[in-house]
Amino acid sequence: MPEANRTLARDERPADTVIEEGKTVGTPFTDDPKFQLRNVEVFYGDTPAIKNISLDIARNEVIAFIGPSGCGKSTFLRCLNRMNDSIESCRIKGSLLLDGQDIYDPKRDVVELRARVGMVFQKPNPFPKSIYDNVAYGPRIHGLANRKSDLDDIVENSLRKAGLWNEVKDRLGAMATGMSGGQQQRLCIARAIAVSPEVVLMDEPCSALDPIATARIEELIAELSESYTIVIVTHSMQQAARVSNRTAYFHLGHLVEVNDTSKVFTMPEHELTESYITGRFG
Amino acid sequence: MTKPGSHAEREGSQAELIRRSLKRRYRKERRFRLYGITAISIALFSLVILFTDIISKGYTGFIKTTVTLEVHLDGELMYLNDASDPEQIAMADFQAPIIKAMQAYFPEATSRADRRELSRMTGSYASNQVRDLLKENPDWLGTTRTIEFPAHDTVSVYVKHSGDPGYSIRLSEQQQRWTDELLSKGVIDTGFNDVFFTSGDSREPSNAGILGALVGSLLTMGITLVIAFPVGVAAAIYLEEFAPSNRLTDFIEVNINNLAAVPSIIFGLLGLAVFIGLFGMPRSVPVVGGLVLALMTLPTIIISSRAAIKSVPPSIREAAEGIGASKMQVVLHHVLPLAMPGMLTGSIIGMAQALGETAPLLLIGMVAFIVEIPDGFFSSATVLPVQIFIWAGSAEQGFVELASAGIMVLLAFLITMNAFAIWLRKRLERRW
Repeated sequence: MPEANRTLARDERPADTVIEEGKTVGTPFTDDPKFQLRNVEVFYGDTPAIKNISLDIARNEVIAFIGPSGCGKSTFLRCLNRMNDSIESCRIKGSLLLDGQDIYDPKRDVVELRARVGMVFQKPNPFPKSIYDNVAYGPRIHGLANRKSDLDDIVENSLRKAGLWNEVKDRLGAMATGMSGGQQQRLCIARAIAVSPEVVLMDEPCSALDPIATARIEELIAELSESYTIVIVTHSMQQAARVSNRTAYFHLGHLVEVNDTSKVFTMPEHELTESYITGRFG
Repeated sequence: MTKPGSHAEREGSQAELIRRSLKRRYRKERRFRLYGITAISIALFSLVILFTDIISKGYTGFIKTTVTLEVHLDGELMYLNDASDPEQIAMADFQAPIIKAMQAYFPEATSRADRRELSRMTGSYASNQVRDLLKENPDWLGTTRTIEFPAHDTVSVYVKHSGDPGYSIRLSEQQQRWTDELLSKGVIDTGFNDVFFTSGDSREPSNAGILGALVGSLLTMGITLVIAFPVGVAAAIYLEEFAPSNRLTDFIEVNINNLAAVPSIIFGLLGLAVFIGLFGMPRSVPVVGGLVLALMTLPTIIISSRAAIKSVPPSIREAAEGIGASKMQVVLHHVLPLAMPGMLTGSIIGMAQALGETAPLLLIGMVAFIVEIPDGFFSSATVLPVQIFIWAGSAEQGFVELASAGIMVLLAFLITMNAFAIWLRKRLERRW
């Protein structure tokens, strides 16, 4: 009777495991971090979504955010390039530094920030334009290419890096929305890296894709990790285990544990992490 | 109490229950579809009745009746010996040669009363036609020319509705006899009414045309579109994308929604008070008409444009923002192109409303009797629905058929305009 077991596990869950606010087990801090995030709190209206999280993200690492639905991992991710700005009720407290500069400095140009911190979304969201225009859009608006040939190079390079070039080189003028889901998502990655960002944020990039397309994206992440810092939110623990160097476990707005990925999945330090990765809830 | 039936039995009865409920559901669906079909049938039926009525009554408006006469341009008869002298032209009698030409067919009609009846066979402006011809060609004086005159309104109506006694009452029996005879001789003839499409309004139905009103409508609609569309779209974008959500914005929103429900005649009063009274703009001109209709159309365009902007998927916005597009770039590069088809739909509805609008234009003087075809945004003009309104209220039977013909022109105008807008929308629509 698996049903009964589940219920039991659920009852065991939160009450007896007290989460101490602001306390994260493992190794949340690194030397020479790309992102230095201290005492971050996020509120939607009066409801807290992120409760006092401190974390460093190292240069050129792949860090995975895992945790049950509604734990705040996506919200936290979106703070890193201020995608939450467009949500009116959203308030953010704490200090978030990118290379030592405050991300939420009112004088800071959010456009420049997003050019440095690119993002790939859960659902593939290519523009309803041609494949070429999709990739060329970023370089165009940021004025990265003066000549057509430069732009062509950027488009080709980005598509190559995203492992899409061979599939689309003969139909760059075709509508991007006519491609398969996996291709669309890789196009979105190509679009994000076309502006040469330093960081790529990925919000469950494979959740809408089949296993084969997922495998391709994961390979891609491994390749990209050589030149970019990658923060990936995922619901798939296998995926986190496969692609990331470090894993951060979120729970109800708290950052419970951060450790090397191998450690998290073999010897989690925190009880909640263990329950989650062993599938007792989530 | 009996024990509950076996498992199989229970399943059997449950299947029976489902079957029955399905039956009910299908019945409901069929009924619902029937309602829909009925509604559409009623709408189509009314449309068919409307069109049949308009076309059957109005097609005669597209037919003109002409009287072709051999007119001897006798100087003595007209008291004219030099056609290039404007003073003489002003004094001369140009009706006389026409009557004379008619008398060639009816030599017995010589009495004063007969002459008057003869002169009422051709349109009231027949003598003007002779005058203008002579003004242009002074050397025609003394020669005999074949001239085609529009028939008098009453003759025209009689000819078009021959056999229907209701249409002959305004023609004397003698005139009816004459008309029949001239018809058989081919002097009176019917043809396509080119006058209707090439001239402005007139006191005489056979000289009246729709062109003036058509041009007036075009000019007015041009102003309306040029003002209402950009302003409406800009307002929608601002309210939807940039406006802070505070009381002022809410207040503006409520008022825009209210404006959409304000009776159009109020906009006419506003136009009269503001554009004509305050700014001292001239009356009856397309500019003022266009401005008033633009004000009336604005709420429709704003509301539909906002809906179109709202329906742009947020994922596209996020995608653009994620690459570092500024707010303005997101709107201009992504939101606007995707919302454009919806905005156009709203504008079509708004413009169609504006095209058919009469009430506000009455107040700003576009109801005046205007013969000249307007040649600019500041020349007096009327518009199609007002022209139809004027004709429909006229006593002459000829005007009634012109009104019906005018309605057909208005409908054709509307259909053309909508077809163009739909074509434009189809072109702008993007596949997903």
